[in-house]
Amino acid sequence: MKITRDEIVHVADLARLELDEKFINKFAGQIGDILEYVDTLGRIDTKGVVPTSHAISLINAFREDVLEKHLDRDLALANAPEKEDGNFIVPKVIG
Amino acid sequence: MNLHELTIQKALKLLKEKEISSTDLTRAVLDRIDAVEERVGAYITIAGETAMEQAMLADRAISTGNISPLTGIPLAIKDLICTEGLRTTCASRILENFVPPYDAFVIKKLKKAGAVIVGKANMDEFAMGSSTENSSIKITRNPWDLNRIPGGSSGGSAAAVAADMCLGSLGSDTGGSIRQPASLCGIVGMKPTYGRVSRFGLVAFASSLDQIGPMTKDVTDCAVLMNVISGFDPKDSTSVPEDVSDYTSFLKNGLSEITVGIPKEYNAAEGLNPEVADAVKDAVRVMEDLGAKCIEVSLPHTEYAVAAYYVIAPSEASSNLARYDGVKYGFRDKEKKSLIEMYRSTRSNGFGPEVQRRIILGTYCLSAGYYDAYYRKASRVRTLIMQDFDNAFKKCDVILSPTTPTTAFRIGEKKDDPLAMYLSDIFTLSANLAGIPGMSIPCGFSSAGLPIGLQIMGKHFDEGMLLKVAYNFEQATNFHKQKASI
Repeated sequence: MKITRDEIVHVADLARLELDEKFINKFAGQIGDILEYVDTLGRIDTKGVVPTSHAISLINAFREDVLEKHLDRDLALANAPEKEDGNFIVPKVIG
Repeated sequence: MNLHELTIQKALKLLKEKEISSTDLTRAVLDRIDAVEERVGAYITIAGETAMEQAMLADRAISTGNISPLTGIPLAIKDLICTEGLRTTCASRILENFVPPYDAFVIKKLKKAGAVIVGKANMDEFAMGSSTENSSIKITRNPWDLNRIPGGSSGGSAAAVAADMCLGSLGSDTGGSIRQPASLCGIVGMKPTYGRVSRFGLVAFASSLDQIGPMTKDVTDCAVLMNVISGFDPKDSTSVPEDVSDYTSFLKNGLSEITVGIPKEYNAAEGLNPEVADAVKDAVRVMEDLGAKCIEVSLPHTEYAVAAYYVIAPSEASSNLARYDGVKYGFRDKEKKSLIEMYRSTRSNGFGPEVQRRIILGTYCLSAGYYDAYYRKASRVRTLIMQDFDNAFKKCDVILSPTTPTTAFRIGEKKDDPLAMYLSDIFTLSANLAGIPGMSIPCGFSSAGLPIGLQIMGKHFDEGMLLKVAYNFEQATNFHKQKASI
């Protein structure tokens, strides 16, 4: 197989996902098929070809360094699942 | 006269002449939605009340002679474009209750132009899909055959236009998500040049590929919407400070100066349905009759576009979607007591299967040891694909092809075979990789009565040329006038 179930579990962990058994096996098969298809890229000689990250490259989009109106704090927090005193609440990070 | 069947251009004329009011027009569209939404399923949110308020404001503006380019026109918006105060879900559980605190650049432009927003259209979750079956909210059905998919990811936007549930709509296109559903629903859709339309307020899928564009009943309406949404925005660092032409000025007859390129590789594409191939051949003949010179061109790396795309797009997506962590907005699993467990549970319960599949694929392609073999390799192939277009456009002004290899497939047909689904994007995703504009216009019907689309691709920032070719074809044919009977 192109990608093992252990690799799927490892990558899911990197991506902060937890998959149940059913999905691990299903994804291993499906992502394996996709990667096998992607391997056709190996047939092309790309030696010396510069990679493209953006089709239309702009170099440095600068603007004047002036203060602008920004989102009001209450509005920025309006969609927060948990908040208090103008802050986002997260589970305890340090034990 | 059924008001909901009007094109934008005709409605604007009638509004200006005070033959109709925007409240009548908007009411007619909302009534139409009431009548067919249960069968079509184009909308996630219907904003009836605010739409009627906007319509009343439009009528007041018209009565004082204060008319803007879209005053009083009811439009649908794909549900990944932020609308202030109006829920924007991305068809995902993770954003099910997200109410944006600001408008996207294009929404600001639409509102300034006087448009009425009737609702938010269904889509594949986070725009990942080609059938709208990946929506976690509902299924959208193709108005031409309710057992078939409308295409995707902008399937709701396309179905809403095809079923007269709005006068026009906005979609977004990362690998064909405007053009493919436009083709399958028998309407006009344009993906502008990368950087032509600001992505500010568009929920990001693959940032180097995403572009917002119009979906309309005809080519004139496409030009009218392009005039409003195009232009430089300092809030999008990839927005290009190029002048925007008046796109309606390209809607003139005459193709005699124009050379049309037909890529020889596209005819050999696997899975190309003969009825689709024939309709496109007929379309090329129409172009010749209109005076265009048709030549064969070559895009030698075509067969690698799908593979390159399905490395690049998921890689960018895996990075973009890292922001959905249950902290700042969206769904959070509040049961979990540690931060990492909260992240994992929130994301696994919030994202649907296709989104998780692409995040894993993208994370894998970017991970240590695989980056060079996948992401960097695909980025080099992307350069070759761009060079193919550069070379072809030395010989021609536009390139014609089918938009999709087949007509609309049945609901469920490809749902469990992601690779087969990805291969249906073969003709559209090269334009995203190369950043060039592309549009789809109706060019025929299959024997089963399903719409077939013609894709027109052009040089960077040459949307005007696309519109000119499309307009001439439309003037010479009647495909765009046919309506789904629903």
